[in-house]
Amino acid sequence: MTTLLEVENLKTHFFARNSVIKAVDGVTFDLEEGESLALVGESGCGKSVTAMSIMRLIPNPPGKIVGGAIRFMGQDLLQTDEATMRGIRGNKIGMVFQEPMTSLNPVLSIERQLSEAVQEHLKVSKSAAVDRAAELLDLVGIPGGKQRLKDYPHQFSGGMRQRVMIAMALSCDPKLLIADEPTTALDVTIQAQILELIRKVQWELGISVIIITHNLGVVARYVDRINVMYAGRIVERGVLGDIFADPRHPYTKGLLASVPRLDRPKGSRLIPIDGMPPDLSALPDGCAFRERCTYAVDRCATDTPLVMPVSSGVGHQAACWIADQDTDASGRPVGAAIDG
Amino acid sequence: MGPQSMVDQSTDPSPALVTVSNVKKYFPVNSRGILQRNAQYVRAVDDVSFTIKRGETLGLVGESGSGKSTLGRCIVQLHKQTEGQIKFDGVELSTLGNKEMRTMRRRINMIFQDPYSSLSPRMTAGGIIGEPIEIHKLAGSSAEVRDRVEELLRIVGLNPYMADRYPHEFSGGQRQRIGIARAIAAEPEFIVADEPVSALDVSIQAQVINLMQDLQERFNLTYLLIAHDLSVVRHISDRVAVMYLGKLMEIAPCDDLYETPLHPYTQALLSAVPVPDPKVELEREHIVLQGDIPSPISPPSGCVFHTRCPIAVAECAMTVPPLREVAPGHMTACLRVGPDAI
Repeated sequence: MTTLLEVENLKTHFFARNSVIKAVDGVTFDLEEGESLALVGESGCGKSVTAMSIMRLIPNPPGKIVGGAIRFMGQDLLQTDEATMRGIRGNKIGMVFQEPMTSLNPVLSIERQLSEAVQEHLKVSKSAAVDRAAELLDLVGIPGGKQRLKDYPHQFSGGMRQRVMIAMALSCDPKLLIADEPTTALDVTIQAQILELIRKVQWELGISVIIITHNLGVVARYVDRINVMYAGRIVERGVLGDIFADPRHPYTKGLLASVPRLDRPKGSRLIPIDGMPPDLSALPDGCAFRERCTYAVDRCATDTPLVMPVSSGVGHQAACWIADQDTDASGRPVGAAIDG
Repeated sequence: MGPQSMVDQSTDPSPALVTVSNVKKYFPVNSRGILQRNAQYVRAVDDVSFTIKRGETLGLVGESGSGKSTLGRCIVQLHKQTEGQIKFDGVELSTLGNKEMRTMRRRINMIFQDPYSSLSPRMTAGGIIGEPIEIHKLAGSSAEVRDRVEELLRIVGLNPYMADRYPHEFSGGQRQRIGIARAIAAEPEFIVADEPVSALDVSIQAQVINLMQDLQERFNLTYLLIAHDLSVVRHISDRVAVMYLGKLMEIAPCDDLYETPLHPYTQALLSAVPVPDPKVELEREHIVLQGDIPSPISPPSGCVFHTRCPIAVAECAMTVPPLREVAPGHMTACLRVGPDAI
């Protein structure tokens, strides 16, 4: 497998009048061709800002990518000019946003919105673009694609609009699809339809997918690898099985213990993570999770933990001084690269 | 009132605190033109009956548009039902005058979904929590109100000195705690909680769920928990009712419903919820329903679910299935389930 995307030590900060909000502060991960990866975390952990940084859609001011590299198909996206970036956005990387209600233009027909991108990026005639639009609606499972092209967004339900968004993101045969909370605004039965659809197109078109979500359940069914984020950093990563069966970072453990599960009978008490996420403009020294962590030791207050291998799982790493104590891992900081 | 859906509760030994019988709530949709006749109605709640026993938690689940929130609002009389009875401790609520209802509101309260818009931004936390105490004249002096507010803040896990702060100074989880403190301020017996944790982050959700459970134990509260998150509902409910397009599809003791769901809609709904465990996920059967919820203005004939139902037969489009008890305490409205199933 070849690597499609490498994000290295990405730092995206937002500059307020009196403070700097470190929304993403040293994020490193990579993505293979054809792989699906999840960025998991709660609001404010930097998962969406990471995605927007990859798309170079950070509003400036107040935001700025202040450091790091994003290599996509061998090209550093942070070094490319805006014109080249426009070619990559939509063409090579498609993105699906959370709100299918607000991300479509209400006064343009679906045909216009779908074919515009095709015409712009693939440089084809209008009629070819319209044919492609109808084909895309079929691909995303909108019955009678051709008849529905003349419809406007309000004539579609929430789930159907999200299908249109996926069609739009796929319109120019991208190599990578980024889905930012694609199902959060949808009902569970519709959520299942959309996630099945994303997996279907991933396999059929052989593309890579990054799913950004706060829902560990969504992750368990639909991705290969997981990156857990907290306060602008990746705190644990690994393949699906390792993260769920053998979580090492106290935050990951806490997340798994705090969610009620459909397959657990009533009676057990949830174990919440006490406290709240830290203020990103005044992050404490050392580990950002320290104040909520039940395992914290003195060292956690002074030294920022590096992402290091834990357990024997392939590429299973965590950023915690305690995480590797019961393993044979050498404890050697590996920083950027993930092996395997 | 359709007699076939009247549920016989006489065999039940423990008395019901809340009895909902054949409740309908239709909202008119104005037609265009000068006459503005109400030609059509949104059938938000359509002939629903159930009971809630004292001290229990009834979970009410369904997708958006199922009518669960409308029903919750009818029960606290924020909406007057179009038809049917809602009895609280034997008293029919819709016949009460404003003054009597106000007295009744001391015993019935509500926790709202959105901790951002349900608190007045111009009142302090103390003012918000103290208001019901003042309205119901539960304290003799302002100092007494103040003491009670501080006690309530402590009960919900906030610091008493926070009473003078405004809602924007609190996080989402803390605001929901303020909403809960307000809801329990007048010492109610029954609380309708409409999506109390869905706006919160997962690690904060658990804190609020635990708080609600603690309060129930401490004050012997009865809950109607309205939620779309089936995992949360399983965690805290004693019984669960499933709604679809204004109709009650199934109602059963919690573990029965989750382990042996009988209605095909409940089965699909449960299978759509992902479990955070890849091993379990691999083994589970997944039923992915086709299509969307039909419009509640013109719901399908017969069983409202027949258009999306994987086991529907011709008969389902003609006959409205009655809610029948098919196992002890386990009722479902499906023609294809039960002893005389077709």
